Amino acid sequence: MPTNVVMPQMGESIAEGTITRWIKKVGDRVERDEPLFEISTDKVDAEIPSPASGVLTKILFKENEIVAVNIVVAEIDGDGASAAAPPPAQTEEKRPADVEPSAAAVSQARTAHPAAAAGQEPVRPAGQKIRSSPLVRKIAREHRVDLARVTGTGLGGRISKKDILAYLAQPSAVRPAAPTAGPAAIQTPPPVTRPGPVAPPGPQVPPAPPIAFTEPTQVVPMTAMRRQIAEHMVMSKRTSAHVATVFEVEMTHVVEVIGQNAAEFERRNGIKLTYTPFFVRAAVQALKQFPLANSSLDGENIVYKRDINIGVAVALETGLIVPVVKHADEKNFLGISRAVRDLAERARSKRLSVDDVQGGTFTITNPGIFGSLFGTPIINQPQVAIMGVGTIERRPVVRNDAIAIRPMVYLSLSFDHRVLDGAVADQFMGHIKKGLENWEESVL
Amino acid sequence: MPVLTHLEAIKQGIWEEMERDAAVFLIGEDIAEYGGAFKVTAGMLEKFGAERVIDTPISESAIVGAAVGSALMGLRPVVEMQFMDFIACGFDQIVNMAAKIHYRWGAKVPMVIRGPSGAGVHGGPYHSQSNEMWFVHTPGLKVVVPATAYDAKGLIKAAIRDDNPVIFYEHKFLYRRIKDEVPEEDYIVPIGKAAVRREGTDLAIITYGAMVWTALDAAAEMEKEGVSVEVVDLRSLLPYDEEAVLASVRKCSKVILLHEDTRIGGMAGELAAVISEKAFDDLDGPIVRVTAPDTPVPFSPPLEEYFLPNAEKVVNAARKLAAY
Repeated sequence: MPTNVVMPQMGESIAEGTITRWIKKVGDRVERDEPLFEISTDKVDAEIPSPASGVLTKILFKENEIVAVNIVVAEIDGDGASAAAPPPAQTEEKRPADVEPSAAAVSQARTAHPAAAAGQEPVRPAGQKIRSSPLVRKIAREHRVDLARVTGTGLGGRISKKDILAYLAQPSAVRPAAPTAGPAAIQTPPPVTRPGPVAPPGPQVPPAPPIAFTEPTQVVPMTAMRRQIAEHMVMSKRTSAHVATVFEVEMTHVVEVIGQNAAEFERRNGIKLTYTPFFVRAAVQALKQFPLANSSLDGENIVYKRDINIGVAVALETGLIVPVVKHADEKNFLGISRAVRDLAERARSKRLSVDDVQGGTFTITNPGIFGSLFGTPIINQPQVAIMGVGTIERRPVVRNDAIAIRPMVYLSLSFDHRVLDGAVADQFMGHIKKGLENWEESVL
Repeated sequence: MPVLTHLEAIKQGIWEEMERDAAVFLIGEDIAEYGGAFKVTAGMLEKFGAERVIDTPISESAIVGAAVGSALMGLRPVVEMQFMDFIACGFDQIVNMAAKIHYRWGAKVPMVIRGPSGAGVHGGPYHSQSNEMWFVHTPGLKVVVPATAYDAKGLIKAAIRDDNPVIFYEHKFLYRRIKDEVPEEDYIVPIGKAAVRREGTDLAIITYGAMVWTALDAAAEMEKEGVSVEVVDLRSLLPYDEEAVLASVRKCSKVILLHEDTRIGGMAGELAAVISEKAFDDLDGPIVRVTAPDTPVPFSPPLEEYFLPNAEKVVNAARKLAAY
């Protein structure tokens, strides 16, 4: 009995995903829960584990094809006898298709149109032009709809007036809840140790693969993630009245705490003691004091949120993702440290779930990891503020009328002036500054 | 309200105009004693006398020329072409005289040329043509093609009252097949105004003449399949009701242009051009034409049937377009 492998639904509003890579080939033996293929959706990129053990007998969609959720993308034959089935091409040549069950299955997969074989849902191969109509394009312009998200039911998957009107009729058609935000990433820089050079560059984001130019310009379609980021950024700029404020914070105390506890922290907990949890903790304390910064705007109402969920931006090769430390206010220092590390790791290995990137109430991003003094990040909608952490470096500062050298950081806050006035935003930042400069909590 | 056939409605309209205005007179072949090949003018000789109901030799050029001259002298001639196919013999008088006099000299040319056109009655290539586009392409003329009895009467009256030449196409297939209520009181149907024969939302069929009925049959069929089809009856081809055409296109976003006339240079081509110029952004599918092929009207009945657009052909096109 073959097991069908379907395109998983990565969140309620997700209708389709792009198969970005097949980890296994037809004929490969695969164990249950072993990674089978990778997908990219509007919300998250993920590695999909195999639902069963057996031999991968059919792959119905090629890499870069967009497949609607719950559509069968592959079959795994759990029958032990066919576990040793040779590669399909060979099988087909040597034996009549109707003799060997797996060969029959393979030949069927070959002749059947992918969409027909997979079911009723239309499928749009990636890179293929989206077919619509002048009217549909006009409606899309007016409503700022990305047609790549609209399922076409017309001839050959064409998006018709009916389709786009149905799409707009969905409550989720406004689509604000994007997971990505902010211009840079939180990383985990090694602790600054005095005297020595401060804040060496953190782990580099690998550069994008070089483009082989055959023409003066090379057109490369955006990935689903890139599109989502682009859309979300513009939407945020359109939505919020962005204002930025910058605070300079002395990190001497935090650097000392790290210096004194780094080894013991790692020995006890198996993870490195980094700066990020300090900023998260300080932000949580400030958010408790200034709940307006932990709110969002809904029409003419301000929605205050009980939970404090801190999004921590992570830069990936393919783009930026903002996993969320849930209930950060209920976690101690170690809990936050573990959550940040876990999320960052899973973001890089594409193992984030949809839930991991949803529900943030405030975001922290770290342009400093690449040397920026401070950034003015874009608010991660529907939040009302985002904090940027600049590079931590030793700078001359005036202390007691003398010039002193101290590890310093610029913290910037982009806030939505519709909700937050400068006075509140600056007091909020003042609270964070105070918390960091007078760090009291034990980290162990 | 009395129910009249298409033919009776035309006859009544002419009759009333002759009663109303002594300048109106009829001229054509076999229209007086014989009452016309299709009997549109039967009884008129007896009623209005030989000076106002004039039989002519078989010379369309002479008939139209006489009409142009008398119109210039203040009369209001109504010319009958025994078949619209023969209008070609009077072509020069129509396109170079009647059509251009008002433009060239500012004189009125209040005349109507009317007659039976169209196929479906096994008339063969010389008695079945839909040649309205010859005149639609001639500035200075008006061209009307009624589909209902009500419109036939209202439009013939409007045509007779018009101060410049009107070519009035009567579809012979409709003459005795179409009946509807026609008011007894005086009314006209304005030239240049379309009528929405059936409201719909998914797809519009824009057509005229006998094909209005074909379109309505097709629309009824499509309704069973859940496709709401609007049917627009142009009624006048020159000038035509651009506003009504564009309104239906904007409403339905998909459009079929249907006519019995052959394809190349047909009204559908003109409408398609205007739609794409002015309503491109409202289109949700290709502009589809359903027309006769570019051949003479065949004499053989099966071939004639093949030649003519019918409800089945329209339904097939509508299904494809609806699914597009």
